[in-house]
Amino acid sequence: MQGAYESRGFDGEDSGPDVVRRPRHPSLGRHPQSRSLQKQGAERLAQGLGWFSISLGLVEILAPRIVSRLIGGNGRYTNLIRLYGVRELLSGAAIFGDGARPTTAMWSRVAGDAVDLATLAAAGASPRTSRGGVAIAAASVLGVTALDVYCARRLSSSAKDGAAGIRMTRSVVINCAPHDLYAFWREFENFPRFMLHVKSVRTTGPGIVHWVVNGPAGTTVEWDARITRDVPNELIAWQSLEGAGIENHGVVRFEPRPGNRGTIVRVDLLYRPPAGAAGKLVATLFNESPEQQIYDDLHRFKQVVETGEVVRSDASPDGMGDVLQQPAQPSRRLHDAATSPDLGGTP
Amino acid sequence: MRAACWHGKHDMRVDDVPDPAIMNRRDAIVRVTATAICGSDLHLYDGFVPTMKKGDILGHEFMGEVVEVGPDVSNLRVGDRVVVPFPIACGNCRACQSQAYSLCENSNPNAWMAEKLLGHSPAGIYGYSHMLGGFAGGQAEYARVPFADVGPLKVPPGMSDEQALFLSDVFPTGYMAAEMCDITPGDTIAVWGCGPVGQFAMASAKMLGAARIIAIDRVPERLAMAARRAGATDTIDYEAQEVMEALKEMTGGVGPDACIDAVGMEAHAPGIMYAYDRFKQALMLETDRPIALRQAIMACRNGGTVSVIGVYGGFIDKFPIGSFMNRSLTLRTGQCHVQRYMKPLLQRIENGDIDPSFIVTHRMGLDDAPEAYDLFKNKQDDCVKVVLTP
Repeated sequence: MQGAYESRGFDGEDSGPDVVRRPRHPSLGRHPQSRSLQKQGAERLAQGLGWFSISLGLVEILAPRIVSRLIGGNGRYTNLIRLYGVRELLSGAAIFGDGARPTTAMWSRVAGDAVDLATLAAAGASPRTSRGGVAIAAASVLGVTALDVYCARRLSSSAKDGAAGIRMTRSVVINCAPHDLYAFWREFENFPRFMLHVKSVRTTGPGIVHWVVNGPAGTTVEWDARITRDVPNELIAWQSLEGAGIENHGVVRFEPRPGNRGTIVRVDLLYRPPAGAAGKLVATLFNESPEQQIYDDLHRFKQVVETGEVVRSDASPDGMGDVLQQPAQPSRRLHDAATSPDLGGTP
Repeated sequence: MRAACWHGKHDMRVDDVPDPAIMNRRDAIVRVTATAICGSDLHLYDGFVPTMKKGDILGHEFMGEVVEVGPDVSNLRVGDRVVVPFPIACGNCRACQSQAYSLCENSNPNAWMAEKLLGHSPAGIYGYSHMLGGFAGGQAEYARVPFADVGPLKVPPGMSDEQALFLSDVFPTGYMAAEMCDITPGDTIAVWGCGPVGQFAMASAKMLGAARIIAIDRVPERLAMAARRAGATDTIDYEAQEVMEALKEMTGGVGPDACIDAVGMEAHAPGIMYAYDRFKQALMLETDRPIALRQAIMACRNGGTVSVIGVYGGFIDKFPIGSFMNRSLTLRTGQCHVQRYMKPLLQRIENGDIDPSFIVTHRMGLDDAPEAYDLFKNKQDDCVKVVLTP
């Protein structure tokens, strides 16, 4: 399976800093170059269609009467056209707000095209419209629909490519020397202290580490990983073994910052969630976005090293990155949990 | 316990909520004896700060008695009387070690939210939105204080709550505003906004050697307080006078050596400029109304300093970058690094250089919090500062 990965960079052989200059969502299939070019084309097309949506929406909102005349409506239906203008604006905005790969937003444009075509079909049947105008309008919409479908399908297929292997790089600065951080990280049993979803990590053999990760509804996912490279005070690289619940490999680097200003800890990780039911479970597990999770884990790592433990607030009792925020007031659950002997304060 | 909770724009309620508990080993629990409403709380009250949630306890100016300490807090004991600084700071990160406590790198568990809006995250703050940590605030009977081994300052016996309370925020905040002006003896300092922070900025400018202090506001009682108690030598009522003209007049045309914006994102002004910003704010085309900031930049003398201590949240429009660049101005700003100033300012109070309680105009019970917010927001009954007692 490993052969399918574009593995340069994970063995720690190349120099560190170039890792972060790579694209955020590189294609990791067998032909990375061509795939990524195709996808870039789709992304650019999506942006063009986004601008088209916004321009058309503005025209529909500001000059509905003119639009009506152009499409055979004889100056009527201005309110409906305004409404569709708002829809165009929203889908244009959605394309730009949907990140680098606006797959969902593009499919919503396709749905919008279907609505437009249905409306034009109904208009064509009405005696109050001009048939010719409606036909021209329908032909134009069909042309745009073809572009939309093409773009959405391209984006969807490249999204599937992404699912075959997702690569992430994240880093954090810690006010500590590289050798201390390396030593802390090398004690893999420490991971649950700052990796929120990790239940336990044990060394089970020479260079073999067993991971148990919490899934939703009390389930767990387990796998073994092998340490592929271990350079004291510099880096640790690993690779999951055959049959892992989540195939993954990666490297963590500890780079001293110039001027004795602490250490940059960089994680470069590639993982491939399995297909089928287990894959779904993993997807749920990672639904706060894997990059966010690594960011959170790294910041919790910083908190543990610098302050002694993960910093909790009323709204974020688990520390960094609780997406579902509680109100900022003490909760009963925490009040009960806090009576554990570990935290017992003075009476 | 009882606590003042945010339920939406202009909707504060005093609710029954669970008591706080130790969540981290360096926490302490404080029984609140006095807490104040800050001008920046009004930005939450007016709904201008994103990432608020119904039920959030507000309040970042509070003091009280330690009733419980976590296992890793060795400097405090149950029964100690402490005043708590509003930025939460770990004391271990590089920011804290350079005394930039309001930029603590560890105290905001929701740093990713702040990064989305601000690029990088500042420190967590009590009761000041989820983007700044989602910590319950101090307008309550009890409050949890994280990093209690770093923040809270013991109050000497004999000092009243009202004398010590403002060390939590507005006194150090005003002091830092003045300090950022790098005052040399003889300087003229203009201060926009005569709320509590503006009052302390003026009093501090005086302590730091400013010769002339010009107070700018529209509320007569606040201008009077500035002149009578905070050391203002001149006052400008911006509704009666054109500020630029008045400042030029007062300084022989050159402008003040430094200008302090103690107003922030919800500035008022007569005329078209206010309407313009209010309109853009309502349409979400800008989040903040920078009227005072624009004036401060335009008015400042060539090569002078503009010190921004009033709170801004997001994005502004028509920043006078031409004036700022061509006239070699310096802009300094920041949430106050309160922990840096608490001890020296406590010393000032003990020496009798200043009695910070002069700003208090209203004393109310915690249960009156909704009314107090309304009173303070609308500046009714000459309200400058409300102290709530649980």
